[in-house]
Amino acid sequence: MRPLTLRRLLWTCGSLSAVLFVVIVLALKLGAVPISVTDLVMSLGRVAIGRSDRLPADYRLIVFDLRLPRIFLGVMVGAALSVAGAAFQALLRNPLADPYVLGVSSGSATGALIALIVAPQFALATPLAAFLGAVITITGVYLLGLRDGNLDSTTLLLGGIICASFLSSIIMFLMTLSSRDLRGMPFWLMGDLSTPQPSELQWIFLVGLIVGIGAIYTTAADLNLLLTGEREAAHLGVEVTRVKLVVYVAASLLTALAVSASGAIGYIGLLVPHAMRFLFGSDYRILIPTSALGGAIAIVAADALARTVAAPTELPVGAVTAIAGAPIFIYLLRRRMR
Amino acid sequence: MSTSDANATLAARDAAASPIELPRLAVEQASYAYAHQRRSAPMFTLGATSFQARQREVVAILGPNASGKSTLMQIISGALKPLSGRVLLDGVEIRTLGTRTRAQRIAFVEQQSPLVFPASVGDYVLQGRHAYGRALHLATEEDIVLAMNALAQVGAEHLADRRMDQISGGEKQRVILARALAQQPLLLLLDEPTLHLDIGAQVDLLERLRRLCEENRQTVIVVTHELGLAAEFADQVVLLHKGKCLRVGTAAEVYQRELLEQVFGASMDVEIGPAGRPRVSLRSRSDGEARRTM
Repeated sequence: MRPLTLRRLLWTCGSLSAVLFVVIVLALKLGAVPISVTDLVMSLGRVAIGRSDRLPADYRLIVFDLRLPRIFLGVMVGAALSVAGAAFQALLRNPLADPYVLGVSSGSATGALIALIVAPQFALATPLAAFLGAVITITGVYLLGLRDGNLDSTTLLLGGIICASFLSSIIMFLMTLSSRDLRGMPFWLMGDLSTPQPSELQWIFLVGLIVGIGAIYTTAADLNLLLTGEREAAHLGVEVTRVKLVVYVAASLLTALAVSASGAIGYIGLLVPHAMRFLFGSDYRILIPTSALGGAIAIVAADALARTVAAPTELPVGAVTAIAGAPIFIYLLRRRMR
Repeated sequence: MSTSDANATLAARDAAASPIELPRLAVEQASYAYAHQRRSAPMFTLGATSFQARQREVVAILGPNASGKSTLMQIISGALKPLSGRVLLDGVEIRTLGTRTRAQRIAFVEQQSPLVFPASVGDYVLQGRHAYGRALHLATEEDIVLAMNALAQVGAEHLADRRMDQISGGEKQRVILARALAQQPLLLLLDEPTLHLDIGAQVDLLERLRRLCEENRQTVIVVTHELGLAAEFADQVVLLHKGKCLRVGTAAEVYQRELLEQVFGASMDVEIGPAGRPRVSLRSRSDGEARRTM
């Protein structure tokens, strides 16, 4: 018997953090303006010893003002979406659940868009409205998925897909009707990290991310049992209603934060938890931190790709994740049907 | 913690729990009604049911499909609140216990839903220790010893490192039982544990249950519609039919030909075996000849 130990947990997270660090350094290097690794390491070293004033101005602009904030945003968005995906998969007992497939991302986007049109002067209104949109959508999709009081996998997924397409039309409708200049919107809707975030929003994002992931992580052991069924979990000592409420709210919060910062980036919440399960097993106590780190790695890498494939033109990062994600989704779906 | 320590803990808990000889489980006039909607007429009811069980006793709840067996089990487990009456475990009403405390005292093995992401057998059995864990519920030395003991008790310790989706149906049923044993319950509830097992595995499982019930001083309640197995292994039988509790007693008292024929809708013969336990055989409707021993 080899149960999960603290040592294995820390060791795994430590290794993934090292991988994330390497990916971040590479992402700082890559882009329309090439920068050598030596220069990069030297300048990072200067920043580390507090001598950032001696950096060349163009360097500082490209690496520290443009690329680094974007990479940090990618880290946060990736972590939020992956953990939300892993959480939805446990709650709905469905390996194909993901904020994007369930329509929660579209719900957030609709909320965020309404806030942008109605109250553009309040920076806080966007994430709040996105959160409301996420909660309303997941509640709606959950109710659609119920058949005779039981959650039906297929109905749930269909409900999610229908909600997503319905909300996409609402978004198109709003964008067409709105008198505001929303030309950047289609790019944002595809999932994009290039829009700079005001610094107060970044702080809100960071705090929300820590609270959301932390809340879900406190229920990690309960989620393992919820996967065996709600009644069984209750017999084994899980307070099912409380756990479900905490996780639904926290996962919706994470989705809303990710969407309000970067639009609807698809498939990360689906693919990253599956990859982490494949690598480290399906125990949620290890799956949640590894998904957070794995999601960060995936988005930073995908964004680096999006910036370089057609440089100097940039692709939305959501296009890259969808190109990689859709075939893997089909593979998982077919494996499940067999 | 060794097996003897675990037994000593159990003994101490028993002594503390029942200074006078209380029944371990007392079901008192418990009833229930299902309705599609809150205000509509009930679709199914379970009439007032009463019985008691002591420690080391195996009780079989018998009845054809839709007789209320599973509902009664849900009420005993505390998952359903009875419409009237109450269920006491060592004198304490089960519904008043918190979720964790309930899981430390009652283990309920229901008909299993498939696992979404298969775990290892060891991790699965350790889930039985959930109600004792803190924060991340990382397994302690004690948890591991108790989980291995539970696996050993069902003769499945060699499976600990296998995955749940790579073992046979009979092995899975034993592992599920081990998870319930790892909860160290006073009361073990099993809903149709023999459903998908062949006859050899059925007998093996019930013999194990009988032994475990003695070793761990547990009270075991089993739902089944296997008349023969219930007669062989149960100390007490509760016979349900269309939501009514028809009879409670030993198998010899409950197994009366007319009664069983009426409840199960088939012609049968009942004879008392050498150990005083009844044997039931099915008669074909056409020729009245005994065809199959149940």
